[in-house]
Amino acid sequence: MIGAIAIGLAAGIVAGLLGVGGGVLFVPGLVIFLGLGQHEAEATSLLAIVPVALVGTYRQDRYGNVRRRDALMLGVLSLVGAAGGVALANALSGAFLRDAFAVLMLIVAAQLVRRALQDEGAS
Amino acid sequence: MIGTLAGLFSGLFGVGGGSVIVPLLVLWLAYDERSATATSLAAIVFIAAFAAATQGLYGNVRVLDAVLVGVPAIAGVLIGTRLQQRLQGRSIGLLFAAVLVGSAVELVVR
Repeated sequence: MIGAIAIGLAAGIVAGLLGVGGGVLFVPGLVIFLGLGQHEAEATSLLAIVPVALVGTYRQDRYGNVRRRDALMLGVLSLVGAAGGVALANALSGAFLRDAFAVLMLIVAAQLVRRALQDEGAS
Repeated sequence: MIGTLAGLFSGLFGVGGGSVIVPLLVLWLAYDERSATATSLAAIVFIAAFAAATQGLYGNVRVLDAVLVGVPAIAGVLIGTRLQQRLQGRSIGLLFAAVLVGSAVELVVR
């Protein structure tokens, strides 16, 4: 349970740094520390993302960084895709989803490294 | 196009879709990085809420577990958005990259 809380905190920090929802850490955290299956972890992660993204958006909006019209358009346009993705996830096996998810985590890790190295070059 | 891709991705993997949205906003729409991450977070609110509701119909959502990881994450996102405003803070990203790689390995080999 402490592990779950720690990974929640870490997920939030990644969410703020990268502008993502934090799901990339929620999902493995729910699987590893709370013993959820891959499907349950993905579904539960989505719910946990909502308040995180809301608070993150509020903060970023105060910094003047949110382009509201584009965000609204993106959000609305993505709904059909989201429904399709959920249906697809539920049609796939947990083991396959898990391995694909691990690959996704490595890609996000690479993004974090690239960004940190860019800063290094800039400063 | 970005929206549809991000939605599909979000529903499939249970993530917000930001790891797709941010690079595409930068590459295709010439966003600077801060606007891209901020706008992405706002779009994710809609995507995740809708995808979570859809997963709820499949009976996969564990509300209590979502609270357990989601509440500490709210504190985390406040820290993360602050860090992002300062260049130096972002080298912390390397630490989180290591966390991600470690968790990916754990996820697959366990």
